[in-house]
Amino acid sequence: MTVRDVARDAYREALPALGASLVGGLVAGVILSGMRAELRAVPGLLVLVPALLATRGNVYGSLGARISTALHQGLVEPRIRGGDERLQSAVAAALANGLLVSAFAAVAAFSILTVLGDTVAPLSVLIATALVSGLLSGIALVGVVVTVVFAGYRRGRDPDTLVGPLVTTTGDLFGMLFLLVAVRLVLFASGVI
Amino acid sequence: MPTEWTVRAITRAMLPILLVLTLVELGSGLVLGRFEAQLLQYPALLALVPVTIGTAGNLGSILAARLSTSFHLGTLSFSPEDEHLVGNAVATFALALSMFPVVGVGAWGLTALISGAQLPLRTVFAIAVVAGVALAVLVIAVTFAATYVAYRFSLDPDDVVIPVVTNTCDVLGVVVLFAAVQLLL
Repeated sequence: MTVRDVARDAYREALPALGASLVGGLVAGVILSGMRAELRAVPGLLVLVPALLATRGNVYGSLGARISTALHQGLVEPRIRGGDERLQSAVAAALANGLLVSAFAAVAAFSILTVLGDTVAPLSVLIATALVSGLLSGIALVGVVVTVVFAGYRRGRDPDTLVGPLVTTTGDLFGMLFLLVAVRLVLFASGVI
Repeated sequence: MPTEWTVRAITRAMLPILLVLTLVELGSGLVLGRFEAQLLQYPALLALVPVTIGTAGNLGSILAARLSTSFHLGTLSFSPEDEHLVGNAVATFALALSMFPVVGVGAWGLTALISGAQLPLRTVFAIAVVAGVALAVLVIAVTFAATYVAYRFSLDPDDVVIPVVTNTCDVLGVVVLFAAVQLLL
């Protein structure tokens, strides 16, 4: 193989996945740019954004990789009904880890910004926003990852190649969408209380 | 050995690395915090944030996965004449050159539709393309370095390199975007 062949193969193989996640990223960016009022109302929220988005990718990407490996090994049946115990544990672990890490990110961001002497929203607002968005986007991502990986596997596609692009595309999209929903809910609730 | 499928075992395997990666990502959040005023003033720049982070991370993880596969197949050598190394670097650069112009036009166009255009297209386009070219160079350097370190220490590049590279490139995405905004705005 020449350098040219390697480069051409690598380019063609990566382009569709990168293109799909570019579209997801642009839509996420438009949602973020529509959140300017909330970002002003909750100082410190912008600092949390990369950590929260990365957590969605890391947690649910790993869930997808785990399920697709188990499908290859015959450890899990590609059926959602039937209540497979392994699948339930993997999903529960992903949701629990997603929530724990989101709350940790909120506490760490609050602490760092406080030490730096920056203006930052109350800790309760940041934690509540992180947890609500973590729960909502977690549920949505579990649904998408499990459904697409199972459907792809049943149609003879390699689930390993589906998981990466799927999670980077929908992770940003759902992560940002539910962050907007969560911050609006929390601001509304704190206004009522 | 594969992780047992219980909530406890999966959490024990994942949580420590997730917490460390979260701290790394907070680093990029703090960089965003440094130019929050500019980002809030110009919606197109705010719209560039997730897509720049995502594309940088994806370029890194794709390159790392390909190098890791060549490494496992025994076809990778760390020499400037190695066709896998050079070919994949060329592809990463070409991918960045294809993606970031679209990123710039897309971010400008979509936010112009919704919030109105506060910045001229050429400024947003230039910021996206300059950031993209700089990122391609950094992504290639970081991925080569991480793969080389894994190889020297006989670590499996699949386990170590991909998460490290993906999250490092996320942070670099924000840092480079910050630099491009300061330079071109």
